[in-house]
Amino acid sequence: MSKISASVYTSHVPAIGAAIDNGKTGEEYWAPLFAGYEYGKKWIAEKMPDVVILVYNDHASAFDLNLVPTFALGTGEEFQPADEGWGPRPVASVKGHPELASHIAQSVIQDEFDLTIFNTLDVDHGLTVPLSLMFGQPEAWPCKVIPLAVNVVLYPPPSGKRCYDLGKAIKRAVHTFDEDLDVQIWGTGGMSHQLQGPRAGLINKEFDADFLERLVKDPKGLSEVPHIDYVRLAGSEGIELVMWFIARGAMDAKVDEKHRFYHVPASNTAVGHLILENSDDS
Amino acid sequence: MALEKPYLDVPGTTMFDADMARKGFHLNQFCMSLMKAENRKRFLADESSFLDEWPMTEAQKAAVLKRDYNEMLSLGGNIYFLAKIFSSEHISFQQAASTMTGMSPEEYKQMMISGGRSPEGNLYKTQDENDNV
Repeated sequence: MSKISASVYTSHVPAIGAAIDNGKTGEEYWAPLFAGYEYGKKWIAEKMPDVVILVYNDHASAFDLNLVPTFALGTGEEFQPADEGWGPRPVASVKGHPELASHIAQSVIQDEFDLTIFNTLDVDHGLTVPLSLMFGQPEAWPCKVIPLAVNVVLYPPPSGKRCYDLGKAIKRAVHTFDEDLDVQIWGTGGMSHQLQGPRAGLINKEFDADFLERLVKDPKGLSEVPHIDYVRLAGSEGIELVMWFIARGAMDAKVDEKHRFYHVPASNTAVGHLILENSDDS
Repeated sequence: MALEKPYLDVPGTTMFDADMARKGFHLNQFCMSLMKAENRKRFLADESSFLDEWPMTEAQKAAVLKRDYNEMLSLGGNIYFLAKIFSSEHISFQQAASTMTGMSPEEYKQMMISGGRSPEGNLYKTQDENDNV
């Protein structure tokens, strides 16, 4: 059977992707941020999974207002980097895992999570920036990636609790897949940020520190925080953090924290990063 | 009975909820059209004519022409869609955000480097702001 061995959490700011693509990671502004991802690169080289289930959101790239699925799972074989208005990022295309993805879709729908399924979809910086942060700039991504897109653009996004419970359903699905695959699940987006209106630029370090701490130790309690708390305290776009609960819900209650990193700013945003492993005996 | 909207008293913030999405549908779909190079070229060459091809309100068109992003937000624009407008002009997200705050791009950038806008005093509308809702 397949198992979920670890989870990675990270912000997915587009400017981070641009810094990588344009060779600016050593600049004074960016160096402290990229230093926080050095551990993760070494870690994943040793713990290379077969498949990553990558929870992210599309930013009006592939989905416009004609179609706004709350949860959409990619069961296709390959996904191209999206052209977000200035040409696609110069990164490898993303290879899916249609068999595992289809199995997850069938399992979680029977578990009452009414997913949308897609096969052809371009993936934007929300998905490719986390890959670049963890894997650098390889010719081809070193593992398969199943995209799970969550609507956090049109309010309201799903609740933290709904996301946490979907994570649990995904865990059950992975555990019933016959092939022996090592699967990681990544939650992306956040942390505190607001990109719009006179309050743009809001950063709440206290909120973010508390979120990181409780995501590790009290995820179920934290998942019950209502949307208004994110909007008010972490900024209108800070609400992306609900996506992290899908990854956390798919993990064991008790986890080993391997790495934690926090940095302000990347453009308009606070950057948070966690790596959690399940214990070997789980 | 109306739905509860607890976010209406968050200062300087417009939540893109279902009502706003309905109001802003054509504005946002116009923005989306700028994902194509050909449309960007046509828009920048003759903005008014291009906007007239979309069933947007005159107020929405005027806000686009003025690049008044706060006004666009109040008329149903969503920031990820509006980003297609400033990206067409090679303006960064940070520069565009600064125009919504009344700060210069340099002041805004410095605020972010210094840790961002503090939550202190920025979580609830003042009585005056509430009276204007």
